[in-house]
Amino acid sequence: MGRYVIRRLLQAIPVLLGATILIYCLVFLLPGDPIQALAGEKKADPNITAILREQYHLNDPLYQRYWYYISGVLTGDFGTDFTGRPVAEIMSETFPVTLNLATIAFAVEAVIGIIAGVFSALGRGKFLDNVVLLSTLLLVSVPVFVLGNVLQLVLGVKWAIAPISYDSEDMTTLILPAVVLASASLAYITRLTRTSMMETMRADYVRTATAKGLSRSRVIVRHALRNAMIPIVTFLGVDLGALMGGAIITERIFNIPGIGGTLYQAVYLRQGTTVVSIVTVLVLVYIAANLIVDLLYAVLDPRIRYA
Amino acid sequence: MPENTSTTVEESAVPVATAAGGAVKGTKKDKPERVASMWSDARRDLMRNWVFLVSAVLILALLVIAAFPGLFTSGDPYAKGFCDLSNSVVPPTGAHWFGFDVQGCDIYTRTIYGTRNSIIVGVLTSVLTTLVGCVLGMVAGLRGGWLDVLVSRFTEVWFAIPTMLGGLLVLAMLGTGNVVTVSLIMAVLGWPQLFRIMRGSVITNKQNDYVMAARALGAGGWRIAMRHILPNALAPVIVVSTINLGVYISAEAAFSYLGIGVQSPNISWGLMISDGQDRFLSAPHMVLFPSLFLSITVLAFIMLGEAVRDALDPKLR
Repeated sequence: MGRYVIRRLLQAIPVLLGATILIYCLVFLLPGDPIQALAGEKKADPNITAILREQYHLNDPLYQRYWYYISGVLTGDFGTDFTGRPVAEIMSETFPVTLNLATIAFAVEAVIGIIAGVFSALGRGKFLDNVVLLSTLLLVSVPVFVLGNVLQLVLGVKWAIAPISYDSEDMTTLILPAVVLASASLAYITRLTRTSMMETMRADYVRTATAKGLSRSRVIVRHALRNAMIPIVTFLGVDLGALMGGAIITERIFNIPGIGGTLYQAVYLRQGTTVVSIVTVLVLVYIAANLIVDLLYAVLDPRIRYA
Repeated sequence: MPENTSTTVEESAVPVATAAGGAVKGTKKDKPERVASMWSDARRDLMRNWVFLVSAVLILALLVIAAFPGLFTSGDPYAKGFCDLSNSVVPPTGAHWFGFDVQGCDIYTRTIYGTRNSIIVGVLTSVLTTLVGCVLGMVAGLRGGWLDVLVSRFTEVWFAIPTMLGGLLVLAMLGTGNVVTVSLIMAVLGWPQLFRIMRGSVITNKQNDYVMAARALGAGGWRIAMRHILPNALAPVIVVSTINLGVYISAEAAFSYLGIGVQSPNISWGLMISDGQDRFLSAPHMVLFPSLFLSITVLAFIMLGEAVRDALDPKLR
């Protein structure tokens, strides 16, 4: 187990390096001058430009700049953006907000999705099942930005039963945005649970458990659901990273000062260091989530062992 | 393409190379002379599946609209004088079913003409990701070795970057998006998904008996790959690619909504929704109709994909 974790962590290093190199090249090779972006519409002062370019190593070759950057990151220094603000500070302000949003969204999709999927699978072909199938199909096909806007305007503005925008004092203002953020994944989880449950409910061990005289709820929860969880957990693990990345649109709609909005601005202002740092942390979250998923497999299915 | 019956093993483990041919097992006893392939079984199932029929009709209609928008509306949204500011935000009327937007343009005509861009993005991206994913997946799955390791590690890096994020980066940096750039970027970011599915599918199929039988009968590596493994390994790829059509159409709308996808004066549903959202409460028709078309299009492709999956994967029945 310990060795497995270490091996997985070592395997994560090339992925992390590759992803950061890729993003670094994307950000700094594409057209657009970050120093000119600082000056806005008017022409940047050549003297100041020269000093800033020197200060931020913009005249050095790309690989050298990447090296400066990544060796800084490895010692815990994310550098500063082009206005001199430490990137770590920007991230420590915005990351918790998105993390809260993503966590609530994650809880929403996991809890509602699994419950709806189980009931749908148990009542297969019946009314409830059809309702679930139809509503998940609708959830998948209505784009997030349509759903977000409509819910915000109808629930928030017209009926005034939900907050319109984020309030840092009040965490309940994150619930509606989280539901919107979770909507598409919620539909996937529901359908995945349904399919997976339908398969395991037909398994021999479920019949054995029933024949043994176990109560139906115990058969469903302890025997069928536990075995059906593996594909669901896999999806949830991958989705945690996607939720944080996908928060860009939701955060824009509900005016949430999280990582998505910061990233969007940073991209426009050519704040390369900020962009690369945020993406690096997101990739880290993705890798960590996948590792946790792999470790959870053994908890769910004791037959799986790690060498 | 001809049916290949020379290498029959058990009941027809022979790929029938029809348009997308391939065979797993023919267990249908009603037509003993015919080789029942996975694909002919699937076709029969599909024709009886109302989900498939509904989505197929919808998609056919959307394709016709995309190809010949002029058939459905007399207006030309790209023509001069199409928009009349005196009609600004006029709600739907008998003559103009969907009403007018802020610029006084007829929303019905714009929505109809917007279909083409969405369909092109969906089809182009899906075709590109499928082609790249399939070719690399076949090669990696069949060859194995260092090539497989290299491409697989490479896709891991790609996977770690969410599509929305990568797309935002590139599109925002480029500044001006259009149908082709949006499709290309999504394809570049999206192919690893198809690669993984294809690779896994090829590796599973490679170990099947009919491959060994074909090899025993003297079939060459190329022939086994193209005639035996490819048609059988293709099923999960086709399902995901079909569903992805809808997903990519939705993603294009999202990029356009964020202002980094298709740019005005080109028409995109995402752009229309973004234009109308500020007045959603006073004039919901500006958002409603493009949203409706967008959702129905996405829905149709997802339904089609699911119907195909149900037909190809009997386990789920």
